Amino acid sequence: MAVEILKENYTGKVITVEVGTGDKAVKVGGASALPFHTFEGDAGHRPLIAYEVLDALPEDPPDALQAELGAVWDDPVKWALYCQNDLKARAVALRLVSTDPDGQDASPESAAETVKKVLDAIDVPLIILGCFKEAKDGPVLKAAADAARGRNCLIGKAQEENYKTIAAAATSNGHKLIAFSNLDFNLAKQINILLSQADFDINNVLVDPTASALGYGLEYTYSVIERIRAAGLVQNDAMMQPPMFLDLAAVVWKIKEVKASEEDLPEWGDRSERSIHWEASTAISMLMAGAEILVMASPRAVQAVEQTLDQLMG
Amino acid sequence: MALSGIEIFKHLPKTNCKDCGFPTCLAFAMKLAAKQASLEDCPHASEEAKAFLGAASAPPVRKVVIGAGEAACTLGEETVMFRHDKKFVNPCAYAIELADNDPGLDQKIKQIADFKVDRVGEDYGVNLIAVRDASGDGATFTAAVKKVVEGAPSVGIVLASEKPEILQAGLGAADGKRPLVQGATPENIDQLLPAVKDKAVLVVSASNLDTLAELAEKAVGAGVNDLILDPLPANAREAVERFTIIRRLAIKKNFKPFGYPTFMDARHDDPQVEGALATVGTMKYASVIVLSELRAWEMLGLLTGRLNIYTDPQKPMQVDQKVYEIGNVNGDSPLIVTTNFALTYFIVAGEIENSKVATRLAVQDVEGLSVLTAWAAGKFTASKIAEFIKESGVESKINRKEIILPGYVSVLSGALEDKLGGGWKVVVGPREANQIPQFLKARAS
Repeated sequence: MAVEILKENYTGKVITVEVGTGDKAVKVGGASALPFHTFEGDAGHRPLIAYEVLDALPEDPPDALQAELGAVWDDPVKWALYCQNDLKARAVALRLVSTDPDGQDASPESAAETVKKVLDAIDVPLIILGCFKEAKDGPVLKAAADAARGRNCLIGKAQEENYKTIAAAATSNGHKLIAFSNLDFNLAKQINILLSQADFDINNVLVDPTASALGYGLEYTYSVIERIRAAGLVQNDAMMQPPMFLDLAAVVWKIKEVKASEEDLPEWGDRSERSIHWEASTAISMLMAGAEILVMASPRAVQAVEQTLDQLMG
Repeated sequence: MALSGIEIFKHLPKTNCKDCGFPTCLAFAMKLAAKQASLEDCPHASEEAKAFLGAASAPPVRKVVIGAGEAACTLGEETVMFRHDKKFVNPCAYAIELADNDPGLDQKIKQIADFKVDRVGEDYGVNLIAVRDASGDGATFTAAVKKVVEGAPSVGIVLASEKPEILQAGLGAADGKRPLVQGATPENIDQLLPAVKDKAVLVVSASNLDTLAELAEKAVGAGVNDLILDPLPANAREAVERFTIIRRLAIKKNFKPFGYPTFMDARHDDPQVEGALATVGTMKYASVIVLSELRAWEMLGLLTGRLNIYTDPQKPMQVDQKVYEIGNVNGDSPLIVTTNFALTYFIVAGEIENSKVATRLAVQDVEGLSVLTAWAAGKFTASKIAEFIKESGVESKINRKEIILPGYVSVLSGALEDKLGGGWKVVVGPREANQIPQFLKARAS
């Protein structure tokens, strides 16, 4: 019997955003159907996974990552080069944790220096992330944006208190912007409206609706992403059509399931495999809901997700 | 397909006899339409009405139970495509496949039977063991099935073979256990249908969706109604697409041949890719997911993801009201108060663990709201916090009567000090949980 496939009528399309310059520039977005639904529309560009690089190591970096990254993580340039050359990273996400006022409290100038050094060393697209404290991120990301002028980076995360400073720095230096909102469909829309009202081009925005790790509110992030995507594609809501950015590395690597040793919790199995699976499974969930850019830390987790993406985009 | 109250009313006796407990047949029909009453409450309903209304009220995805007794595992009954519309109903089942001639079979069966993990206070385990006819020999297969029946009574059985004679032997060994037979293909379905009827749930598989629908119709025509559909996806994209097409046609068009749970073989040589593929299936409508081996780390992740995705989006997850002790607390450990929204609790407790400062976390029942929402709703007020803290008895365990209040509700600090009285001091803590380690460390030094 002939099965008549029921196709959804999508009226909207995810905005295509390009980051980086030259041969290594990467486009994301562009889908005109729900994730990987090639039977009823265009799946758009392949989602981008960026490797996290920290400009300063925390006091207690995750033991589970030591084996994979311990040889390079003392220096952000070495680490970024390792990602690009050895791991074949399509993008690097530099997190300026040194600027945290509750930590080293490094100056915007010193952060800008690091950005310059990393950009001099690599040619894949660079994502520049602050320490995620609103007051400090403004001046730090402004200095970083100036230092990265002309490299078409993705900078953020812009929040309600600091978006004007960061958006202006992005515009004047030719960068794309991450607009952060706190795990809520309406707040995600609101920050985009605020940016539009401040004359920031919505075509240069990536929406960060807040990542959550598996077991730690994943379902909330999952549903917010699904609702944003549905609003953009089905209801053709222009404010909900930028591609989505999910910063997994920032949430996955501090939870108990990636930290607890096998001696303490033998029933949870091998810690290294467990933590890699945790990051990969969180990533796949976000991709199923509709994420376009993910920041991840574990090379083996990235490999598992890229292999699955080969199948999803094949 | 949902019927209106009027459509249902046409099929009722229209006598207004009140035997159903409602004043009129129309009132009863309205309750039926709202799914707040059952047709069984009407003793006078005709057979014709029962058949019509039964078919119309059946969920678009049939309820299918694999296994019997403590091994029973219910699948299907889904009504929506997206969890933000309504709760996903029956969580998918994970199956571990074992070869019937595996020399370590007894050990592996025992490991699977014993495996359990605690998530949010409940134990979860492996749902199914799939016995694969790797030997090609009926006696070996039967012996392996018997071992599972005896060794893992709380786990359901999948009989994995395409050979009718081997499946027949396996069915004999799993008599009364209502196994899942995997499965039927266009080649063997005629032989299989009589063998599985009334004894087992049948997987019908075909990569062509037209053929898959034909197999399902054929099975139903032969009286085999408990089916699982395997559209044999060759990769993750085909899995997403085919499971979506099947579920959408079942739910939106009430297309009966696709109104069944689904089957996905997620096995892969690379265990991490297998974990990723099984996550694809968990999120995107697979009902039975087959894995190649029991790995505790993989099951922990998959069971956690499944729990996340099958929670009710209308009902916030909650934890019990009490004073949780995190780390080796003593009389000088700090005391923090927060609300019982599960996410709030997990994040705050996680950050306290990260701080490595042993801390008492007083979690107040506010019906699962976050701190700011609970405060705005009048459920997290100075008097309610004070009442909870006094009743909790924590006062007798601490040397210094001091409580740390979430930064977002700093406005409550004065009132809370008054309500607590007796020398209590209220300290305003950070607004965001990620600032807790810094706060606790600074306080401890």
